[in-house]
Amino acid sequence: MTDGRGASCVVRSLRYRYAGAHRDALADVSFAVEPGEFHAVLGPNGSGKTTLVRLVLGALRPQAGSATIGDRPAHAWSRQELARIVAVVPQREDNLFPQRVRETVLLGRYPHLSMWGRERPEDHAAVQRALAACDIEQLADRGVWTLSGGEYQRVRIARALAQDPTLLVLDEPGISLDLRHEMGLFELVRSLVDTRGLGVLMITHDLNLAARFADSLLLLNEGRAIAAGTPTDVLTREVVESVFAWPVSMQTVDGRPQMVPLRQSKESV
Amino acid sequence: MKWALLFIVAGLALVASVLVGPAGLQSDIVWNLRAPRAVLAFLVGGSLGAAGASLQALVRNPLADPFLLGLSGGAGLGAVLAIALHLPGPWALPIAAFIGALAALVLVYRLGRIGGDVLDPRILLLGGVAVGAFAAAITTAIVSLADAAELRNAFLWLWGGLSSASWDAVVLISVYIPIPLLVLLGASRPLDLLALGEEPARYLGADVEVVKRRVYIAASLLTAAAVAVSGVIGFVGLIVPHLARSTWGHRHRALIPAAFIGGGALLAIADTLARTVVAPRELPVGVVTALIGVPVFALLLRRWTVA
Repeated sequence: MTDGRGASCVVRSLRYRYAGAHRDALADVSFAVEPGEFHAVLGPNGSGKTTLVRLVLGALRPQAGSATIGDRPAHAWSRQELARIVAVVPQREDNLFPQRVRETVLLGRYPHLSMWGRERPEDHAAVQRALAACDIEQLADRGVWTLSGGEYQRVRIARALAQDPTLLVLDEPGISLDLRHEMGLFELVRSLVDTRGLGVLMITHDLNLAARFADSLLLLNEGRAIAAGTPTDVLTREVVESVFAWPVSMQTVDGRPQMVPLRQSKESV
Repeated sequence: MKWALLFIVAGLALVASVLVGPAGLQSDIVWNLRAPRAVLAFLVGGSLGAAGASLQALVRNPLADPFLLGLSGGAGLGAVLAIALHLPGPWALPIAAFIGALAALVLVYRLGRIGGDVLDPRILLLGGVAVGAFAAAITTAIVSLADAAELRNAFLWLWGGLSSASWDAVVLISVYIPIPLLVLLGASRPLDLLALGEEPARYLGADVEVVKRRVYIAASLLTAAAVAVSGVIGFVGLIVPHLARSTWGHRHRALIPAAFIGGGALLAIADTLARTVVAPRELPVGVVTALIGVPVFALLLRRWTVA
């Protein structure tokens, strides 16, 4: 299975400490993302979310435990091989040149091309499919600098899809999007999971959207997994209040838990 | 269509730079002086154009010039040393300049990796400026102690000139430049990715560290050869990639060859102007490229900031 089709991402008892740090950035974290599953990683700032993603993508090597993609440790893949299996939408990028949407999505075909070869018809077909999947065919000839934040985020997801990955990693994709675009983005990701059997690992701050859309949540705090499992299992009032250090009330929408932060009452201050 | 046009412009530039001026077609001057000079101008301009296009993507700055990385300072120091020490032979000066440029390359590269194993393009730029300034200070110290004739030679060399061109130099450069040029072409796709930033490029499958090292060294070797045979010729490596980008877009597979041919054509024309406008005397060609380049640069800057 060296081509990694249908590969899953498995993390076992992962531990990592940055050089010179006084505590582990991540300790004893385990989970698995299978094709057709939507996993969200939640936690306050500095809880180890970014470190986890770096370990999963082989950018860091775990000091204990393992992070494997398909049949190999994540760090053992070459970047090009890994990019055929795992596509990443990083938190930020800044496009140096005013490219067109179609050009920038075509960059997603890089891992499938040889050093000297030209793009083949199947590469352009993959770009077209990715544009269609993200519903942005009408933007294909626009310059990326003219797009709104929500449109650009869709373009970046299309670029990731053009890689033909099995696994999609998104780092805070909804940040700075307005309600319509943020909901649209989560709906898009969910539909990719359901229709294409993509495995998704999403880092997000947004507990409520994660609970609405994801199959499984992992809640991190200070590098440790506080809770993992279905949204209903993870997002209880006690857990949320202790991790985020703020009083909340939990409600239910569409059968999923939703968190409402409370005003601090005078007595508790 | 745009390629055909580019080739026609380049061809016309070459023909014009051989034919313009006194002396007929049978003359020795045309075939042994002007023809090699035109070809050399083309190859040097092409090298600067291709190096500039790749370095702009590497340091993620669309206004970077190949000489920003300190090579001109190192080459200038080498050349001035050769002049001051009266090193004999026609090749002493270019070889000394080339060694100076290589020394600057190594020094800047070491500075660029000062933070560890990772080549940081921002530090590369700052290191280039620092090394260039340091070399220029020593160069000026040497020049200030030299006598008047040496001083004039050194000064003219620093502004670039192709009057010492010969067929030997053309052969040498034609053998040398295909290698770094092929390295840059091979790196053209990962360079496209680098425009998004290092992290996104890595996740799209580029081996970012390898690409940065290769591109820096190959582009510097091109620049070093150019400066060794012709002195410091500014703005070709800055303006030409920009003009090429506006027509060929930002895909380096097409951009690098276009910048090569365009840079060659521009320098062939600039050199023709340099040797004809004040004939029988000559202007340093770097003066001509700067006089053309600075206004174009100002226009580009304006378009860039408005866009």
